[in-house]
Amino acid sequence: MIRVGDAAAAPDFPSAAKEALANVQLRRNVRHATTVIRNKRAAVVGEMDDWEALREAAHRIKDHTLRHLDAYLAQFEERCTRAGGHVHWARDADEANRIVIDIIRGHGESEIIKVKTMTSDETRLNVALAAAGLSPYETDLADLIIQLGMDRPSHIVVPALHRNRTEIRDIFRRTMQLEQLTDEPPDLAAAARQFLREKFLRVPVGFSGANFAVADTGSVCVVESEGNGRMCVTLPRLLVTLVGIEKIVPSVRDLEVFLQLLPRSATGERMNPYNSIWTGVTPGDGPEEFHVVLLDNGRTTVLADDVSRETLDCIRCGACLNACPVYRQTGGHAYGSIYSGPIGAILTPQLQSMEHSRSLPYASSLCGACYEVCPVKINIPEILIHLRQKIVERGDAPVGERVAMKAAGFALAGAGRLEAAQALARAAQWPFVRDGRLEHLPPPLKAWTETRDLPAMPAQSFRDWWASREKGRQ
Amino acid sequence: MLISLFITCYNDTLFPDTGKAVVAVLERLGHRVEFRREQTCCGQMHYNTGYAGEARRLMEHLLRVFDGAEVICMPSASCVAMIREHYPKMAAASGDPALVARVDALLPRVFEFTELLVGRLGVTDVGASFPHTVTLHPSCHSLRSLHLGDKPRRLLEAVRGLEFVELPEGDQCCGFGGTFALKNAGVSSAMVSDKVRCVLETGAEVCTAADNSCLMQIGGALSRHGAGVRCLHIAELLAATGPACPEPVEGAGPAR
Repeated sequence: MIRVGDAAAAPDFPSAAKEALANVQLRRNVRHATTVIRNKRAAVVGEMDDWEALREAAHRIKDHTLRHLDAYLAQFEERCTRAGGHVHWARDADEANRIVIDIIRGHGESEIIKVKTMTSDETRLNVALAAAGLSPYETDLADLIIQLGMDRPSHIVVPALHRNRTEIRDIFRRTMQLEQLTDEPPDLAAAARQFLREKFLRVPVGFSGANFAVADTGSVCVVESEGNGRMCVTLPRLLVTLVGIEKIVPSVRDLEVFLQLLPRSATGERMNPYNSIWTGVTPGDGPEEFHVVLLDNGRTTVLADDVSRETLDCIRCGACLNACPVYRQTGGHAYGSIYSGPIGAILTPQLQSMEHSRSLPYASSLCGACYEVCPVKINIPEILIHLRQKIVERGDAPVGERVAMKAAGFALAGAGRLEAAQALARAAQWPFVRDGRLEHLPPPLKAWTETRDLPAMPAQSFRDWWASREKGRQ
Repeated sequence: MLISLFITCYNDTLFPDTGKAVVAVLERLGHRVEFRREQTCCGQMHYNTGYAGEARRLMEHLLRVFDGAEVICMPSASCVAMIREHYPKMAAASGDPALVARVDALLPRVFEFTELLVGRLGVTDVGASFPHTVTLHPSCHSLRSLHLGDKPRRLLEAVRGLEFVELPEGDQCCGFGGTFALKNAGVSSAMVSDKVRCVLETGAEVCTAADNSCLMQIGGALSRHGAGVRCLHIAELLAATGPACPEPVEGAGPAR
């Protein structure tokens, strides 16, 4: 079945946000981390005089690719196969997990080192692997922190962003039996290195995601900062890579555009420290067997919608999360999905055909900060509104809201009605007015007055004032 | 010049002083102002909440009302953004070429208030006097949709006696977002808390903006905290000619 992690069972955003807002440590961590990345991004983007041209180029490459995705996917399959890779097609999460498990079992192996694969969180691969008696080890440092802490990722690029180093030290102390470990970054890194090196040298199966899959060469590209990904995709004998079908770019030349945009947007680096690009298999060099699983899992449904199709342009840089004033208050868990922040608010419900996560398109003040920083120019505010329209059209909006909007639409249809509504509201407010303010109102306005005052309606509207002024002049 | 005022529904209802101030400034500059009584709402609330059908009816009403108006002034950046960004898409989606043409004809005649003054009329000194410390909330729509840039600030800096203080983290949303303020009241309140902290940091007596919707949010929180800072639409500062803060209409804006 189509699945985005366990988003279908997640609480709605306002309830989850309430819990997050009460977590002072989480908010401090998120605020600190997003501010650091935002500032770094702004600095390295500011030094590019062709940034806008790059964004436009990326948007057009993605638009072109999505319009011809069928052809490019087939080309990728053909070229990758010719280079010695094996290409599999997965309609949904379960099918992808089954393919991966069958490959690993076929080799009689039971342990897997994993890196850079949010898509496998989407399919809940680790849960499926464990159920099949197989043991996955996350090797990206942040993913390792999440796995050892039995936690959930809260950011697309920096999944353990909600944790500070003292919390990480405690997780490592507990799970690595290192009672004397300090929270100094070099000590934490050394502990993780020792823990992971043993896995890198021993485990014969590697599993990765992909930042890009190149159609004209059949290559796969992974970019990262730690080098752990490089080890995962080069040391094991067997390598399996899970790729969402939207990760295709037509040509290796297109990487010129994306490899400039992605690191600057994601981590504020001019270039990723590790850029791994590989094509099929090479005897005597790297894995002996290489499999690519191409995953749909709802993506073709998104593709069919010509307004929100550009959701699939996303290169998972996370810039919109760091820029989002909502994400910066709540962190990622409140979104109930591995895809959080503004991009999560449009991607998660769409992948699930708008059947679940329907509170997410409303988790935005439409401030536009996400669109401004998006390196591939996804008009997220526009898509949020588009999804809200779908919810309304399907009759899934709350009854109270529908009635209120109908009533407002009626009242605003003409000046006479508006004047009558203004008079009515002025009369209705009097029991609540204190010193020219409204401090306590019944629902739905209670949600406002719980934390904010509302100015009382003045005795005279502008239109009344204008009418009396005109009268006085005659 | 004859300038047609679109007051916008919530200014009409909740902030009539803003409209009076717009009229005062434009008349002081020698222009004539007309107010077409049939006007109501741009449709932003409906559109942003997902009610495209109602929004389209309001758009068609607005097009009828302002038919033939040469220059339309709107003291609300978010309503102007609604018209500029979404009317063309709504018209295109209708498949009605006549509607598309009417929207195309409307757009060049629509001006946000500060945009009209600085961009169209070429004025920065409107003859105002307001001897107070003022900070400006740039507002998301002013910044990212209309790209007003330094227009509001240039107008403020030309006001006699006005001391301008920059608002830290000015590009951050105040958390209003229309129905967002109700649907996600918790997050919205957390966002405005940050904004209030920044406003208080400036030490300003008055926080202004080109949007009363943001000011209703910021002012509502300032008032609840008893912070002693007033929120006033930029038109009201530009209309002021004396040493005193303009007196608020009963209940309009938070207590001082």
